Amino acid sequence: MIEVRNCVKRFGPTVAVRDISFSVPKGEILGLLGPNGAGKTTTMRILTCYMPADEGTVSVAGYDVATDSVEVRKRIGYLPENAPLYKEMYALAFLDFIARVRGIPASKKQSRIDDIIEICGIKEVLHKRIGEMSKGYQQRVGLAQTLIHDPDVLILDEPTTGLDPNQIKQIRDLIKEIGREKTVILSTHILPEVQATTNRVLIMDYGRLVADGTPDELSKKAKGAESLVVQVRGPEESISDLLTGIEEVTRLRLADSEEEFHRFELSVTNGRIAAEKVFSIAVQEGWTLRELRPESQSLEEVFYELTMGEREEQ
Amino acid sequence: MRNIFAVARREFQGYFNSLIAYVFLVIYLLLTNWLFFRPFFLNGQADMRNMFAIIPWVFLFFVPAITMRLWAEEKKIGTMELLMTLPIKDSEAVLGKFLAALGLLATALILTFPTPIIVSTLGNLDPGPMWGAYLGSILIGAAYLAIGVFISSLTENQIVAFIISIVVIFLLYIMGNDMVLFSAPAAFASVLEFLSLGSHFDSIGRGVIDLRDIMYYLSVIVFFLYLNIKSVESRKWR
Repeated sequence: MIEVRNCVKRFGPTVAVRDISFSVPKGEILGLLGPNGAGKTTTMRILTCYMPADEGTVSVAGYDVATDSVEVRKRIGYLPENAPLYKEMYALAFLDFIARVRGIPASKKQSRIDDIIEICGIKEVLHKRIGEMSKGYQQRVGLAQTLIHDPDVLILDEPTTGLDPNQIKQIRDLIKEIGREKTVILSTHILPEVQATTNRVLIMDYGRLVADGTPDELSKKAKGAESLVVQVRGPEESISDLLTGIEEVTRLRLADSEEEFHRFELSVTNGRIAAEKVFSIAVQEGWTLRELRPESQSLEEVFYELTMGEREEQ
Repeated sequence: MRNIFAVARREFQGYFNSLIAYVFLVIYLLLTNWLFFRPFFLNGQADMRNMFAIIPWVFLFFVPAITMRLWAEEKKIGTMELLMTLPIKDSEAVLGKFLAALGLLATALILTFPTPIIVSTLGNLDPGPMWGAYLGSILIGAAYLAIGVFISSLTENQIVAFIISIVVIFLLYIMGNDMVLFSAPAAFASVLEFLSLGSHFDSIGRGVIDLRDIMYYLSVIVFFLYLNIKSVESRKWR
């Protein structure tokens, strides 16, 4: 559905997007992740034909963004960052304007708008000015605007910024719902968002793609392993000796000690087997086991490693 | 075509939604009628010339007030990105905005119709110069609008757009004035006079409708709308 090949975008001396390539098949929800200034918004602006790439080819639904920009725009619904909307307009008039520009025939317009109002849950605010709505409703009107022409591709730039936790959940559910039939690209720098909504993640930093995979894959890839957290009561030295002796344990670190309890973080190759062995050693030695839990590396750490690691090298 | 009207319709509604239209129309009508009727009874002539003589000066402040927001606001709020990623050509957006502003200006002019009607009941009003003056007003107003909309596209600050528009329009208007022409070199003077917004208005205002004057205003409008399209496109090559 979306093909990006060797795309480069410069703003004067700064390079916002450095030679990125990726493709998104139909029906995928792709998360574009990265720190601020990584080139996410620029990438989206290129996809939506707001600005052209300096090099490379980008096509959406088979149309090239440089030569068939109007055709591309007809097939995309785009919500720019912070959902900029005409604040003095009433929601209904705004949707009517979008429907007109989107070329929806007059006979179908009303039913189409009614459907979208239903999907996005904005019935209560239809006769309010957009500027008078809460941020959450503004975001929904922004989303409604992207859906009115039933586009093949949805591009959402940080769709949940500035919302409260309830609103965030509602918007995420809405995106997931929509994403069943459409290709969605959403950008964010909030990591749980990616895990909650997307089925594939691209991580960008300094205008480059630094990772590509499902959220789980990325979590596993980093540092290669799972880890276990163990908290036991007993003599610290013999505990660390015995735990290091377990075959599956590759690394052991004392996290903290509180009276006689010691908490260790173990890097292990096979979490389940290692946990069993830890348990049986504790039983043998008569230690009191207060905590034994697996901890897979969070996407946050992966993200930090990929983006900050790069930075330290430079 | 459909897109031009959709944009124009939205902008025109926008004027009324944000009260700009009401403030503009009320103050415009009060001001022009006051300026017109104050000397009218002293002169005792059923003549509309006084009303139209001040039009270029009234428009100098009123037109930038209605054009300043057209692009500057979109840039400031960020709706520019929304608008330019809809399937609308840049030229369609520019024309739509221009037509919306023209619509508001035309509304203001139409609402001044009671004045000539009152005047004609008081005496013998010559309709020729009056219709000429209306035509001249809409032409010079449209030229001002084209300049104002273009300047609005250069900044995201409405106040800056307002002031720069006044300055540019003032300079383009005044350069055909006798005072300027007198001090300019002779060869240069006729060029200045031809290019000035003012000199063409005076002849239409007298009821002399010359095709050259009409062509002049249309060229100014096309020229600035073209610059406007280019400045909107400039986001692509910056």
